Amino acid sequence: MGDFVQLVVSGIAAGTIYGVAALGFTLLWQASGTINFAQGEFVMLPAFAMLLFLGIGAPLWLAFFAACIVSMLLLGVAFKRIIVDPLLRHGVIPLVIATLGLSVFVKQGIKAGVGALAYPFPSAFPAGQFAIAGIEVSYADLGTLLLAGGIVIALQLFLDRTMTGRAMQACAQNTEAARVLGIDVRRMTLYVFLINGALAAVAALLIAPSYLVKFDMGETIGLKAFFAAIIGGFNQTRGALLGGVLIGVLENLVGFYVSPAYKEGVALVVFLLVILLRPEGLLGKAEERKV
Amino acid sequence: MRSLVRLSALLLGMALVPSSFAQSGPVKIAGLVELSGTGTTSGTNFNDGVKLAVKEINAAGGILGRKVEYTASDTQSQPQVAKALAIKAVDDGAYVVMGPVFSGSILVSMTETQKAHIPNFTGGEAAAITQQGDPYIFRTSFTQTTAMPKVARYLSDTLKAKSVAIIYTNNDFGKGGRDVFLKAIAPKGIKVVADISTDPGQLDFSGAVLKAKQSNPDVFFVYTNEEEAARCLKELKKQGVDKPIVGETVLTSQKVIELAGDAANGAVAHVGLTADAPLPEVKAFSQKFQNEYHYKPDHNGLKGYSAMYIVKAVTEKIGKFDGEAFANAMHGIKLSVKQYPGILMDVSFDKNGDLDRESFMTKVVNGKQEVVATLPALGSGQ
Repeated sequence: MGDFVQLVVSGIAAGTIYGVAALGFTLLWQASGTINFAQGEFVMLPAFAMLLFLGIGAPLWLAFFAACIVSMLLLGVAFKRIIVDPLLRHGVIPLVIATLGLSVFVKQGIKAGVGALAYPFPSAFPAGQFAIAGIEVSYADLGTLLLAGGIVIALQLFLDRTMTGRAMQACAQNTEAARVLGIDVRRMTLYVFLINGALAAVAALLIAPSYLVKFDMGETIGLKAFFAAIIGGFNQTRGALLGGVLIGVLENLVGFYVSPAYKEGVALVVFLLVILLRPEGLLGKAEERKV
Repeated sequence: MRSLVRLSALLLGMALVPSSFAQSGPVKIAGLVELSGTGTTSGTNFNDGVKLAVKEINAAGGILGRKVEYTASDTQSQPQVAKALAIKAVDDGAYVVMGPVFSGSILVSMTETQKAHIPNFTGGEAAAITQQGDPYIFRTSFTQTTAMPKVARYLSDTLKAKSVAIIYTNNDFGKGGRDVFLKAIAPKGIKVVADISTDPGQLDFSGAVLKAKQSNPDVFFVYTNEEEAARCLKELKKQGVDKPIVGETVLTSQKVIELAGDAANGAVAHVGLTADAPLPEVKAFSQKFQNEYHYKPDHNGLKGYSAMYIVKAVTEKIGKFDGEAFANAMHGIKLSVKQYPGILMDVSFDKNGDLDRESFMTKVVNGKQEVVATLPALGSGQ
């Protein structure tokens, strides 16, 4: 029983990181109809930025905030202005292809510029474990769970309870109606891109200590986040977290009770089942596409 | 008639030009190395080692008066790419091929160099590589069949272990090593209480480590590639494992220590080559390498560097650039570091292309690899 709970806890911790990256997918989709296949690379870049700031002597918290700002400017504002805005008017497909291209470009650019070797990354949480009622939990898992979970809940509250958050949701649901109501749609969309940039930096902070910082570290997280977003429901921010946690926990359980060899396939199997049985996602609402 | 003679002379001249050019131009050495994918750390180190040696050799006048032209291509850590690049190296007229380092890749690409009679040095350690009857394949490090008995002896004699949990990578290197390790520990009466396969490039080791930990072994044996070893060590520390963690070659290498940080402390491994070996030639090499590339070389850096100097030594011994003569000369050769300082350690090769030399038991202490014992070469009679 102790094993089971320990696996579930560390699975939830890993899952919340997938969830944070998946949130970015769903937010961008809702606000601008963008599917960003460079989301994994969006996690990799802030990790390198943090390493850069750490390298010039900044403490981890400062490096993180600096990377957040860089990420919001580069992956939020610049990404929107340079790639999304000009391409979106041509439909979703050119944009999807552009983000795929961006993913390759960023990855190879980092490989050519920085090299292909992996770099270590300090953990934001202390090493070691503590026991509650005979169940051992590591500080890293607990810290990840609290930070990532807290951010997702805070974001949910922001979207549901504040005027700006509701305005952003209104834009996502019906752009024209939102505009008629006097909402500054362009500004709201920009906010979403900024939030996505910050989320990417959070995911980087949490995942880099175990994944190690490397030019291709975004491949797995990008894919898992995409699966998590689909599983939870692409049009539901809560769904992203559920999808992420589901993948994280099932991966751990399958890895332990079945075989570690099947672990990496879990996300794919759940993804296929959801696509077959509930295409709108576990928490998603079936929607008709706007023409 | 005269014009016919002239034409024949011209054609003959044209036919002779390339060969006379080939004998005087730079000699081509092809590197097939893992510069991306799961073998990046191994391939980059190996490649940088070769490049450093080539630079020094060229600065000192080349081999038999000819400069060395080294071209490295990226196998992406994939056997099929390695095979294609081996074909290209053969087409380009390489004198010797360096790499790949990954056992899975060399096992596929070596048939091409064998067909073309081109000597091929590999960083691969899987036992199967030199069991194919290929006279053109040569190792730059121990085979697993040489190394694992030394590890088994350490487990039984020094650690007095009765049980072991194995965590290995499911590729040719990892599987091969696990199989040889199992054979090596069987006569020592050490019981395997967990035998856990993990994926190449695996990111999360929580399940694997938990499973190994629950089997309550006397010792953990970790046999994976560099990045995975670092992740595994971190997870072992995260889950509070306080039993000895033992490996072979990779576990205490520079890159693993760098990536795993504190979690690497206490890990023990048998290594064939290490930049921390208490030998003046190796220390000098390590310094030169760090000046050139700004990172500390691991065993693969030493493999690449020493192999390139072996190419120089043997070519000068045979006095010509001839792949077949080179391969013949390699079998049964003994090279001493006194005569050829670049080879870093005395080395001998057997008829299969396996090598023999001293090796070391190492331990990570305060983030540094320390040599705790020097083990004699098998052929030294000790």
